[in-house]
Amino acid sequence: MRFMVIVKASKESEAGVLPDSKILAEMGKFNEELAKAGVMLAGEGLAPSSKGARIKFSGSKRTVTDGPFTETKELVAGFWLIQAKSKAEAIEWMKRAPFDGGTEIEVRQVAELEDFGDAATPEIREQERKVGERAARNAKSGKRQ
Amino acid sequence: MTVSETHGAIDAVWRIESAKVIAGLARITGDVGLAEDLAQDALLAALEQWPESGVPANPGAWLMQTAKHRAIDRLRRDKMAERKHEHVARELESQQERAVLDLDTALDDHVGDDLLSLIFTACHPVLSTEARVALTLRLLGGLTTDEIARAFLVSEATVAQRIVRAKRTLSDAKVPFEVPRGADLDARLSSVLDVLYLIFNEGYSATAGDDWVRPGLCEEALRLGRVLAGLAPDEADVHGLVALMEIQASRLRARVGPTGEPILLLDQDRGRWDHLLIRRGLAALERAEAAGRSGPYTLQAAIAACHARAGSADATDWGRIASLYAQLAALTPSPIVELNRAVAVAMAFGPAAGLTIVDGLRAEPALKNYHLLPAVRGDLLAKLGRRDEARVEFERAAKLTRNERERALMLERARQQASAAAH
Repeated sequence: MRFMVIVKASKESEAGVLPDSKILAEMGKFNEELAKAGVMLAGEGLAPSSKGARIKFSGSKRTVTDGPFTETKELVAGFWLIQAKSKAEAIEWMKRAPFDGGTEIEVRQVAELEDFGDAATPEIREQERKVGERAARNAKSGKRQ
Repeated sequence: MTVSETHGAIDAVWRIESAKVIAGLARITGDVGLAEDLAQDALLAALEQWPESGVPANPGAWLMQTAKHRAIDRLRRDKMAERKHEHVARELESQQERAVLDLDTALDDHVGDDLLSLIFTACHPVLSTEARVALTLRLLGGLTTDEIARAFLVSEATVAQRIVRAKRTLSDAKVPFEVPRGADLDARLSSVLDVLYLIFNEGYSATAGDDWVRPGLCEEALRLGRVLAGLAPDEADVHGLVALMEIQASRLRARVGPTGEPILLLDQDRGRWDHLLIRRGLAALERAEAAGRSGPYTLQAAIAACHARAGSADATDWGRIASLYAQLAALTPSPIVELNRAVAVAMAFGPAAGLTIVDGLRAEPALKNYHLLPAVRGDLLAKLGRRDEARVEFERAAKLTRNERERALMLERARQQASAAAH
């Protein structure tokens, strides 16, 4: 199974304040531990929401709002993608993350396409295929989505 | 936390920590079987105490400490204690005297070598293949005998027996708990790689089932491969094996149709391939190729990568695949590798070129009853318009295969050839 671990934003992450070298070193050690155990598949930190945007959908209308966004606790500051045998194992790993000061992280199981059951019509699968091909081309050219 | 939540947490801690704890204890006691028993004792103690006391802040260190206490108790009780035991007890006691806080650091210093020794011991050539697999999953993967039994579709008693016997064999053969060096290393390492790949394939060949264990075997073999790559980063073929498994695992979702029928590589919907795993696989392959001469797993990974890089089946670089198979055949000569090379050559340079190689394999005793030989030959003959000969080969392939779906497919192709020949 795979889990996405979502790190919630904080005042500091939103202000673009980089963690001090001690925390960076601890985080590096933690990531190394995850990688050594073969459970870490991917992980990234995100830039503050001031560098991002939101798109709202209503009928054919698309409303784009630039960041920053105010409700800090609802924002995402980074993520891991890990492989674990169970939710309990994912939680046990993530309890070891070197956070403090009220930081909250969320552990969510990644749904497989099969989990969508009948909702995944052939059209949806076809779309998924095209997206996948594009991602493959990007991977080949070394770009990141 | 409820009792069942605590048990879930204990399972998770065991899964994360047990290999390190067993490896550390095996270094001290020199006996993998004893080390595992002690670690199990510590697990039982955790199951008794943690629901009351809560999961400790550093559960791995707690398990290690508890296991060491048990070791001292056990060695003291043992009236037949040999000198070795006294020595071990003394070493353990002197370690106890050191500050408990140092324990973690002390463990960290050794943990890499210990884990590596544990992998090499579990995959020791003195053991049967089944025993190596069971012991690896049990000691390195933290799987229970029940989980291993379900994954391999055998009874729990069989697996338990296998593990008990394996531990006894290691002890009787006085297999030292160490990382092999020098000339020994290559052969021992290839045993480890073969065991991991066998575990992977056991999961990969299963086509259905929502039970964790069978698809989980692929994940576990991959995980152990990544662990090994971290422990032995200079060994090129370890990265090669990881690359091969990552790329093959990327196709797990695409290789079975809606009714459970297998879908062949060239017919798969490439959009359903897992591009995260492909990226990881290609990165591992780069590390393998940078680390040194390509071993058999690196070459197989390079072949898998040719498919992974192709946006569509038509875009496959068959010329490169044919040349990689030639390198693989030179490294590990095998008629099956040669048959695969024939397919690649046919795709790259036309069916006649492939047929020449296949015809050279017809006298090969190892392929006498191998259904894919007539299946491939039939396919090439059909492409060359030699329909009668093709039909005979498809019928022969249908007779030889043990897979019902494949038999039906071969008979269908034979009929097509017959009716095309009649027109």
